[in-house]
Amino acid sequence: MTLDISREHALELLRDMIRIRRLEEKSAELYSKQKIRGFLHLYIGEEAVGVGAMHALRKDDNIVATYREHGQALVRGIPAGEIMAEMYGKANGCSGGRGGSMHLFSAKRRFYGGHAIVGGGLPVAVGLALADKMKGESRVTACFFGDGATDEGEFHESLNLAALWKLPVLFLCENNEYAMGTALYRHVSDQDIANNPPAYGVPADSVNGMDVVAVERAVHNEAELVRETSKPRFLELKTYRFRAHSMYDAELYRTKEEVEEHKKHDPIESLKARAIGDGLLTEADVEAIEADAADEIAAAVEFAEQGEWEPISEITRHTYARNLS
Amino acid sequence: MTTYRDAIRTALQTLLREDPRVFLMGEDVGRYGGPYAVSKGLLEEFGEERIRDTPLCESTFVGAGIGAALGGMRPIVEVMTVNFSLLALDQVVNNAAAMRHMSGGQFAVPLAVRMATGGGKQIAAQHSHSLENWYAHVPGIKVLAPATVQDAHDMLIAAVEDPDPVFIFEHQMLYGIEGSLDTKSTPPSPWKAATRRPGKDLSLIAYGGSVHKALSAAEELHKEGVSAEVVDLRSLRPLDHETILGSVSRTHRAVVIDEAWKTGSLASEISAILVEEAFYELDAPVLRVCTLEVPIPYAKHLEEAAIPQVERIVEAARRSMGSV
Repeated sequence: MTLDISREHALELLRDMIRIRRLEEKSAELYSKQKIRGFLHLYIGEEAVGVGAMHALRKDDNIVATYREHGQALVRGIPAGEIMAEMYGKANGCSGGRGGSMHLFSAKRRFYGGHAIVGGGLPVAVGLALADKMKGESRVTACFFGDGATDEGEFHESLNLAALWKLPVLFLCENNEYAMGTALYRHVSDQDIANNPPAYGVPADSVNGMDVVAVERAVHNEAELVRETSKPRFLELKTYRFRAHSMYDAELYRTKEEVEEHKKHDPIESLKARAIGDGLLTEADVEAIEADAADEIAAAVEFAEQGEWEPISEITRHTYARNLS
Repeated sequence: MTTYRDAIRTALQTLLREDPRVFLMGEDVGRYGGPYAVSKGLLEEFGEERIRDTPLCESTFVGAGIGAALGGMRPIVEVMTVNFSLLALDQVVNNAAAMRHMSGGQFAVPLAVRMATGGGKQIAAQHSHSLENWYAHVPGIKVLAPATVQDAHDMLIAAVEDPDPVFIFEHQMLYGIEGSLDTKSTPPSPWKAATRRPGKDLSLIAYGGSVHKALSAAEELHKEGVSAEVVDLRSLRPLDHETILGSVSRTHRAVVIDEAWKTGSLASEISAILVEEAFYELDAPVLRVCTLEVPIPYAKHLEEAAIPQVERIVEAARRSMGSV
């Protein structure tokens, strides 16, 4: 099957996935050098989800993401340098060094975080959509969460409330088959996650989350339906995380063979192969993308290295609008 | 004269009329008229868009309030009681309180949350607790406890106008009290404590429903020739150190009354502040009158014994004065 996209678009999609992959690889390296601390959750393997979705959504739409959000943040337009500086904990990071890897924010880009309580972002997304509905905005709130979040009460409550109040939320479930280290079959009674939302009157569909073009099309269709109807919809993106849950994870819960099997569906390699096969791209294009990504990530590391540490005297700043006496 | 309940309703009406961004949501706030009849008639005046009955999902409707505040609205969320608010604590602590700081100041949550608190109605261990201290513990939110009709009105308006998330605790025994309401004058800052009765021999420091018991105790003590000052904390976060220390520096004795359990209570916090900042002003140990360390029992005599009563405050004051 041909990709049915333009050369220019193939370049964009491949470029963004490679940018994420290289950012994540560099982050892992800097974590081992102790430049980045705390928790670090890599997006490697799931790039097609973030890239396809971000290309499908409008600039004016709201994004609510999880603690595995570097990819979405980058493609949404937060500069790699600000993301890297945030992971360093520097003042020039996108959250001023107060958030870290799990809490990337950008008001300018309507990127509402970086939520590290599983399921905790869903009610916030419902509220953002409520505000838009009350103000008469035609915006969609896209809310990312993992398969683990579907276990949480807030998932079910949010579907119910969004459907009841007819709110323009697009629920995007990144099903990577594990809630941290607990496999899907061990944490949900019905492993077909898309079966759940219709019980609340929320139409649901699934898409191959390893295919960036399919993701983009599906998210675009779903988002435009949400916009048109001002009602919530649900899309499951079937994907797989190639790396550990976080840097602390010894991956005792899955086999190397299982991971290798999934790597055969690497979203970057498959887009590359298809685009070259279709005659849209050449090896030289890929090399150019790789070179640009390497430059971008090197500059990002430099930006983080050069960043200042927030003075400790500023520690309570931003706890409130004005510091309390 | 106006009731506490009506004063809150008046504030809600003013806010809803003056600011199109304001809306009220919570369990039974609309058709039912509010579990404590606070929002009675508001659905008829403002319609279903702005007076929103929610499903029973505290975590999600508080979270939706946070999201709506982030999205530019000025939501007022009513959680029926503090006991139910525990289901929403994740949203309160991890989102409302943390959002501004962890986003480096990019995102504000101008949200007002109201809830009933306290015991006294024989509704037992899942409807009677006072957990204001759980909220007051958390940086990033503000906590108010109106004890008077005037404050019930003014504090709600202040909370909605505030750029940060504000939690208002309405003691369930206060909804029916009457007092005068002035909606014309500029109200005092909600973040300052108030001296409700001046005195010179000891300070009775209280908040919410306990303020009225402290005032009754002061009246009893007056008959015994003891002049007790009653300080109403009003704001539980931030705490007004200045007024507390000013009062105790004059009276040199303090009894702190708090309907929470003693362990880890705000009464403990006030005591610690006095020890840290006014130790040499003290002529007697600081005493705490709190709820006994049991889930609030149903039987009337047991419930009364569990929560602070006028007689226990008077006894503590006598001990502080060294007369027992």
